[in-house]
Amino acid sequence: MSSVMQPAPPTGSAAETPPTASRAARRGAKLPLWVGIGWIAGLALVALLADVLPIAGYDEVVGAPMQGPQLTGEPLGTDAIGRSVLSRIVYGARASMAVGLTAAVLGLVVGGFLGLLAGYFRGVVEATIDILAEVVQAFPPLLFLIALAAALRPSLASLTLALAALIIPSFARMTKGSVVAQSSREFVLAARAMGASHWRIMFREILPNALMSIVAFSVVVMALLIVIEGSLSFLGFGMPMPYPSWGGMVAEAKDRIASHPSLTFIPAFFLFMTVYALNTVGDHLRRRFDVEQSQL
Amino acid sequence: MNPTTTTDPRPGPEQAAGPDRPPPLLHVDDLRCHLPTRRGLLRAVDGVTLTLERGQTLGIAGESGSGKSMLVRTIMGIAPRAARVSGEVRFDGVDLRRLPAREARRYLGRHIAMVFQDPSSALNPVVRIERHLTEGPRHHLGLSRAAAREKAVQLLEQVGIPEPRKRLRQYPHQLSGGMRQRVTIAMALACDPALLIADESTTALDVTVQKQILDLLQRIQRDRDMAVIMVSHDLGVLAGRTDRIAVMYGGQVVEEAPTPTLFAHHRHRYTAALLEAIPDTARPRHSALHTIPGAPPDPVALGPGCRFAPRCAAALPRCSTDVPHLEPAGDDGHRYACFAPTGLRERP
Repeated sequence: MSSVMQPAPPTGSAAETPPTASRAARRGAKLPLWVGIGWIAGLALVALLADVLPIAGYDEVVGAPMQGPQLTGEPLGTDAIGRSVLSRIVYGARASMAVGLTAAVLGLVVGGFLGLLAGYFRGVVEATIDILAEVVQAFPPLLFLIALAAALRPSLASLTLALAALIIPSFARMTKGSVVAQSSREFVLAARAMGASHWRIMFREILPNALMSIVAFSVVVMALLIVIEGSLSFLGFGMPMPYPSWGGMVAEAKDRIASHPSLTFIPAFFLFMTVYALNTVGDHLRRRFDVEQSQL
Repeated sequence: MNPTTTTDPRPGPEQAAGPDRPPPLLHVDDLRCHLPTRRGLLRAVDGVTLTLERGQTLGIAGESGSGKSMLVRTIMGIAPRAARVSGEVRFDGVDLRRLPAREARRYLGRHIAMVFQDPSSALNPVVRIERHLTEGPRHHLGLSRAAAREKAVQLLEQVGIPEPRKRLRQYPHQLSGGMRQRVTIAMALACDPALLIADESTTALDVTVQKQILDLLQRIQRDRDMAVIMVSHDLGVLAGRTDRIAVMYGGQVVEEAPTPTLFAHHRHRYTAALLEAIPDTARPRHSALHTIPGAPPDPVALGPGCRFAPRCAAALPRCSTDVPHLEPAGDDGHRYACFAPTGLRERP
């Protein structure tokens, strides 16, 4: 599972069309990117507006159980208890994305700060942060989270904090690499020659140059967190009871996959598309803002 | 040689301001900068003593690896963190090396400023020109944003950049190389420093732009009565634009003289070789260019004796065993360190 904690290297996909390709080919190569952006935007919008949309609550029984998608009535069908699949998808999206986003932001702020310190000061500071990061990353993440869920009463907060804690070392390492690369550039030396303090150099010279790589990285991290959260919920250790979750929906429906496949495949499809979209957009950002390749 | 065991940063007795003599603007005493590396101790700067008065221009010449860039960075206090530095750097009587870091930083950018070699990398690519120019005055001089912006416009005009207000809003990549270098010069001048250090500041430019930049520096120096240290491997750049030149080799100063004296009456064999290496259009066509055989010494594995001896055509047996020290020649401040100088017979 530790391999899951390191986001996969960029897939050599869409944006690799040669400059001599036709304009249509280049536009076609950008299609996955637009699909990804559209999906994320649409999902975020729907998740934000969930309460005002004309859909049932995620716990309401709206009709007969186990009905497939219908043209009139529930568009995505009902689950084993008769709840609206559509509502549970929408509210599940909201829950997953909220947890994923919050944990990613927390990881970025804490991990990014630690990486900045390690990359700028080097020496003892770097060694200490490196060792701490390795220790945390050596933990099998799912086992750690399951143990945590078993030990404490699971809540949204504890889940978010645990995910953030797991992802901080990745952010720290990534930021450190970027900061080390920026620190050797001559404008940093020039800033020192103008009498800038360490903090000023870190936050006003180095960080702005490293920022885009960090942001691109965090989009991919969000995809990772959504997968982890989905796996956890599938196992029953993720989202606490009232909140719906795509992983949980798959778990509930998996025994009836032969008779009512839509109940399993609909949440799985949403999971797949969301992770695909985040990965594609994150990859594109990473490629665009990779300092070594760009002329910045 | 004055003992350097004092821990008091205030002026020593020989540099104290007295009724007869104010302290020199810059006095570097036995400065050494050693970097521990895996292969051994790298003696980048190994015992340099220099003095510079207000309004003077000092040129520092030498090959790549002679330690000239490291010297000026050590003077400014921005040598690599792992470096072991010893010696004194007295600016206006105050030993910068003995000051606590925060105090020393008040001098950097304010009284001593540096122009770097490659303008493309010396400017932060995500920062607009305006902020590059206003950061110094706002921090060191406490100017408001509006006042600093006006000052930035004036600076750009002084360095000869047209449409200064438009340039302020632009990013470095929108300017040409020559303009970027002018911006770095403007940055260095922003707080009216008493000493400007130009570290190979024209090497990255083409020849026509080079001349413009050097003329600009000379004009500014005259207008502001500023002291300048000009570091270059190109003696042609230093000729006619400096009052004195110090030639560096292997981390040490091997000869120092007023500029006319250096070109006409140089003594050290390395200086002679450098001058001979300059292509001379008066020579017949297709004559071979004079080069200095060999390569600069490895700063980690310096041999005994004179560091130039392995490459010196006139080396005596003594040159490989004894270390020559800087001795005066004449009374105009000319010093050199050579057992077999040109133009004289061997010294006893």
